[in-house]
Amino acid sequence: MKALSQKRRHPLAAIALLLLGLLVTGGLYAVATTVNQAKADTTTASASDVSEGGKLFAANCATCHGMGASGSKDAPSLVGVGAAAVDFQVGTGRMPMQMNGPQAQEKPRQFNDQQTQQLAAYVASLGAGPAIPDASLLDANGDAAKGGELFRTNCAMCHNAAAAGGALTRGKFAPALAGVTPQHIYEAMSTGPQNMPVFNDANISPEGKRDIITFLKKIEANGSPGGADLGSLGPVSEGLFVWVAGLGVIIAFTIWLTSRTS
Amino acid sequence: MSASSTAEVPFTAKTKVGRITDFVDQRVGGSGILREFGRKVFPDHWSFMFGEVALYSFVILLMSGTFLTFFFDPSMAETHYSGSYTPLYNVEMSVAYNSSLNISFDIRGGLFFRQVHHWAALLFVASLGVHMLRVFFTGAFRKPREMNWVVGGVLLILAMAEGFTGYSLPDDLLSGNGLRIIDGVIKSIPVIGTYISFFLFGGEFPGTAIIGRLYVLHILLVPAMILLMIVIHLFMVVVHKHTQYPGPGRNDGNVVGYPLGPVYAAKAGGFFFIVFGVVALMAAMFTINPIWNYGPYDPSPVSAGTQPDWYIGFVDGALRLMPGVVNDFHFEYIIFGHVLTLNVLLPALVPAGIIFTVLFTYPWIERWITKDDREHHVLDRPRNAPTRTAIGVAGFTWYCVMWAAAGSDLIATHFHVALNDVTYWLRALFFLGPVFAFIVTKRVALALQRKDREIALHGRETGRIVRLPHGEFIEVHAPLNDYKQYRLVGFESPVPLPAEPNEHGVVTRKEKRRAALSRWFFEDRVAPATPAELAAAHSHGHHEAIESGDEQRTLSH
Repeated sequence: MKALSQKRRHPLAAIALLLLGLLVTGGLYAVATTVNQAKADTTTASASDVSEGGKLFAANCATCHGMGASGSKDAPSLVGVGAAAVDFQVGTGRMPMQMNGPQAQEKPRQFNDQQTQQLAAYVASLGAGPAIPDASLLDANGDAAKGGELFRTNCAMCHNAAAAGGALTRGKFAPALAGVTPQHIYEAMSTGPQNMPVFNDANISPEGKRDIITFLKKIEANGSPGGADLGSLGPVSEGLFVWVAGLGVIIAFTIWLTSRTS
Repeated sequence: MSASSTAEVPFTAKTKVGRITDFVDQRVGGSGILREFGRKVFPDHWSFMFGEVALYSFVILLMSGTFLTFFFDPSMAETHYSGSYTPLYNVEMSVAYNSSLNISFDIRGGLFFRQVHHWAALLFVASLGVHMLRVFFTGAFRKPREMNWVVGGVLLILAMAEGFTGYSLPDDLLSGNGLRIIDGVIKSIPVIGTYISFFLFGGEFPGTAIIGRLYVLHILLVPAMILLMIVIHLFMVVVHKHTQYPGPGRNDGNVVGYPLGPVYAAKAGGFFFIVFGVVALMAAMFTINPIWNYGPYDPSPVSAGTQPDWYIGFVDGALRLMPGVVNDFHFEYIIFGHVLTLNVLLPALVPAGIIFTVLFTYPWIERWITKDDREHHVLDRPRNAPTRTAIGVAGFTWYCVMWAAAGSDLIATHFHVALNDVTYWLRALFFLGPVFAFIVTKRVALALQRKDREIALHGRETGRIVRLPHGEFIEVHAPLNDYKQYRLVGFESPVPLPAEPNEHGVVTRKEKRRAALSRWFFEDRVAPATPAELAAAHSHGHHEAIESGDEQRTLSH
C-alpha cells in the first residue's frame, strides 16, 4: 500500500488510471451488450398463431401497413410478402421501424420469437409468399468455394467481397453480414428487404443460397489469417493505418533519436 | 626531411585483424573514404529523417520482394486452386493468383513477407511524400538543390508506378478492377488510347500477357530506375551538404551538426532497424491486402469498397468526383468516328498533370519571381515564407480533397451520411478548398510571425502579475535567452521587387507580370524585429512607440 501511495505522483500515474478506467468501462459495456442476444427458432404455425398474430399486427403494425395489411400511403401492402419477409424484418428489429429514413435500421428486436412467429403466420395467411426456409438449407454445410463465387458475382458489389458492407446512393447502404443468422441471410435473399433485390429460386437455387451461407459462415469462423483485419475495408483503412499508426510511431522515434541535441 | 627516419620502417599491424584491414585498405583506400565521409556533418532534426525512412523502406522492399520472387509465378494460365484455404478450394483461377495464395497459406513465412512487402510499400511512398512536404515547406528546394528536388519528384512518380505494378500482380479481383480502371483511362486518350491499350495488354483487356509484363516492370526496370535515382539523389546530397534550420552560428556557409562517424552512423544504422521493426510489427499484427477475400479476377464482378492503394487514391477520387452529365450537358463526343470521353480523360489526367507540373517547376517559378540567385543552406521556417506555405497548403488541400473522394463510399457508411452529399461537398471543396486553405494558411503564418515579433520585442509572458507602488498592475515579461531570440529575429523577409528595365531600358510585359507576382508574394509581410527596435523595446518599457513594425501594408493586430 505504501509503495502504491508513493507512486501516486508518478508522471505515468494519470495515464495508468485513465487506461484502467477505460478498460473497466469498456469491459462492462461489452458484457452488458452481449448478455441479451436473440436466438431464432422456427416451429409450425397453427390457427391460434394466426389469430394471435392478427391481434399483434393490429396493435403494432396496422398504423402504417393498414388494417388487414392492405397498405397505406406510408407503407406497402404486406399481402403476399410471405412469412420469410416478416421473420426477417421483425426478427432483426428493422420493423417496427425506428424512424423514417432512406432505409429501415437494424435495432434491438421488439418482439420475442413466439410473437415474431405469430406475426409471420398471420401475414403468411393473407397470401402466398416466400416461406421461412427449411432448416436443412441453413446448416452452413454446403460448398463454400461455390458459395464464394456466387457471392462475388451477386452480392459483393454492394456488400463488399469480405461482406463488410458498402454504401448505396442517397444514404442507403448494404450492411455488413458478420453475425447475421443463416435464416436471416436466406430470408433476405428470398424476399429482398429494404433496397436489396430479390434473389428468387430461379436466380439462385436453394442449394446456391445454402452455399452462400456456408461461405459467409466460413469466412466469419476463419477470422483474419493475417492479423487484425482493420475492418476488411480494403486499401482505404490500410492507407489510413500506415499514415496514422505507421508514420506516427516512426515520427515518435525520429523525435526520440534527435531529442538530445541543440 | 625529419620524417625520413620513421618512413623507413613500414607500418605493420599488431593483430591479425589489423593486418587484414591494412591489406584491404592499401588496395581499396577505405580509410581515405572513411576520413572524407566520416567527417561529413549532418544537422540533427526529426523532420530530416523522412528521406531516411523512405530509403530504409526501399531496402526492406528489396529484401522482402526477393523472397516473394522465389515463390511467385506471373503466369495467367488457368488452374484450379488446391491449397489449404478451403473457401477457394477448386475455384478456377490464374497461376499468378494461385501462387499468391500459396505464398499466403502454404509457404512458411510467406504471408508475413507479403505483408512486410506491402506495408513497407505503403510506408515507402508515405515517407517519400512527407519528405517532399518537408523540403517544400522549409524552402530546401532553392538553389543549389533545384535539380535534386526534380530527382525527388521523379522518385515519387517511380514509386507510384512501382506500387501500382505490384498492386496488380496477385491477379485477385481487387487488382484486376484496378487494372480495368487504368485500361479505361488509357482508352480515353484520344486517337492513340485504344492502340496503347491493345499494345499493353496484348489484345483486348484483360488478355493473358499483362501480369507477366507488369512483373518484369515491377522487379526489374522500375526498381533499377529507383535505385539509380536514389544514387543520384544521395550523391547530390553529399555534394550540396545538408540544409539546416536557422539558429545561432548557422549560416549559408556552414553546417552545424554531428559528423557521420561515429554518432550519426550509429544513429542511422539503428534507425534502419527501428523502421524494419515497425514494419515487421505491422506485418505481424495487421492484415494488408487480404487477397483471399477478393477471389480470383473475373471481369464481371466488382466488389464494394474497391479502391487503389493510397498513393493512387487521388486519381481514383478525381474520377469519382467527375460528373457524367451536368443537366443535359454531356462530356462525351464523337469526332470523326473517334470517341472523346472527357468525363474520364479530364479527371484522370488533368489534376495529376497540374500537381506534377507545378511540383517540378516550382523552384524555377519562385526563383523567377524573387530573382533570388543566391545559394540557400539555411531553411525557412514555414511561417516566415507565408505565401509559399499558403501555396503548399492549398495544393495539399486540393490533393486531400481528391484523396478523400476515393474513400467517399466509406465516408458515407461510417459517418452515416448520404454518398451523394459526400460527392457534392467534395466537388465544392475541389474548387473552394484550395482557395480557402490559401487564405487561412497565409493569415495563420502572418499571425504566427506577429506573435514571434511580439515575443522578441517584449519577452515571454510569465503569468506573474505584479502590483506597482502606485497601484498599477502589470504582467511581468521575461526576456528570452539569446538562442531563442535569434530564432525569432534571424530570418530574411523579402520585400516586393518592382519591375526593372532590361539592358535596352525597356520594362517588358513579362517583367511586369513578374513584378505583379512578386507583389502578390511579398506585399503582406511582417518584418523581423531590428536590433534598434529590440534595443528600444528593452531599454524602456513603453511598447506602444514601436508596436507596429509592419512595413508596406499595415496589418491590424
